[in-house]
Amino acid sequence: MTEAVPSYLSPTGQEIVFLLLGAVAVGSALLVVTTRQLVHAALWLVVSFGALAGGYLVLTAEFVAWVQVLIYVGAVVVLLLFGIMLTRAPIGRSADLDSGNRWVAAVVAVATAAVLVTVVVDGFRTAYTPLKPGAGAAKELGASVFSTWVLPFEALSVLLLAALIGAIVLSRTDIPGGPPPEQTGGS
Amino acid sequence: MHIVYPAVVSALLFSVGVYGVLARRNTILVLMSVELMLNAVNLNLVAFDVWLGDRLHSGQVLTLFIIVIAAAEVGLGLAIVLSLYRNRRTVDIDQLRDLSEPGTSDTPADSAGKSGDQEGSGMPDDPAYPSTSADPADPPTRRLGEPAVAEDPATTPEPATAEDPAATAEPAKRGGAL
Repeated sequence: MTEAVPSYLSPTGQEIVFLLLGAVAVGSALLVVTTRQLVHAALWLVVSFGALAGGYLVLTAEFVAWVQVLIYVGAVVVLLLFGIMLTRAPIGRSADLDSGNRWVAAVVAVATAAVLVTVVVDGFRTAYTPLKPGAGAAKELGASVFSTWVLPFEALSVLLLAALIGAIVLSRTDIPGGPPPEQTGGS
Repeated sequence: MHIVYPAVVSALLFSVGVYGVLARRNTILVLMSVELMLNAVNLNLVAFDVWLGDRLHSGQVLTLFIIVIAAAEVGLGLAIVLSLYRNRRTVDIDQLRDLSEPGTSDTPADSAGKSGDQEGSGMPDDPAYPSTSADPADPPTRRLGEPAVAEDPATTPEPATAEDPAATAEPAKRGGAL
């Protein structure tokens, strides 16, 4: 696993592709957190998630890549766009998207990045694995989910049901039995 | 594939998410940053699953679980944000200070209410702002689609102590547009 580590100076094609996709993912993530337009943040999020899905493909995790495309790019971003539109956010530029403690946040983020990158580079410098395709295909992963991990899988379906019901209860306004109206006479 | 590459990309994505959570004011942008952090964790899990060659595929299965949990989290978070927007007409995190300590000095809503009561300098004799609504515990009494415009004068003096003039214009603009 860790024997005969190839040099970092002669990267393979897979590594070059992964690094390019990682650069796209990190760059568009930076645009997500720095852009001044709310809708553009959601659209840059699509780019970031798509590049990450490509990274999963390079890492031979095919099924995870397609689930990422389906759920993140397909469902989560659409939900976020719905949220942006339902809160009647301004479509164009808005000046107040950043908080006052922006510089403190930047310092904290840079410190986090420095610590994590230092530790990770120091710890996994010699870790190397050859990629063999097919290890993360739907067949392998499905067999694993439905043989070993079937109990967490079922618990997760119950969790999704609970989240769905919770979202409906939070969203509806005509459910009786809320807190009693005091001196305002709410309907 | 060197494992350092996905690990470093994941660390950078996580830091970007940390910055977004700390620096953004819009609640939906904070949710997006949380998604970025979850994706960084997913990339780490996939990379280490490939490295270790786990026969049970623990890392990739856990990645699938995290993706599902993130979808549930976004659904619930957006429901909470929409309910908040119905009651307060804002999704600005900096203005949601009902759970802050009453004694701290950097809570604009509380200090504005107290100064309005004791000194009368902030807002003297506003009929739409009775003195009983100065305590921060009353916003749950108006829900169920009741318009929050009657309380909006209570929020207008609060950014007078805030740092940027953009915050003063925003609630008035949104209240007028609705």
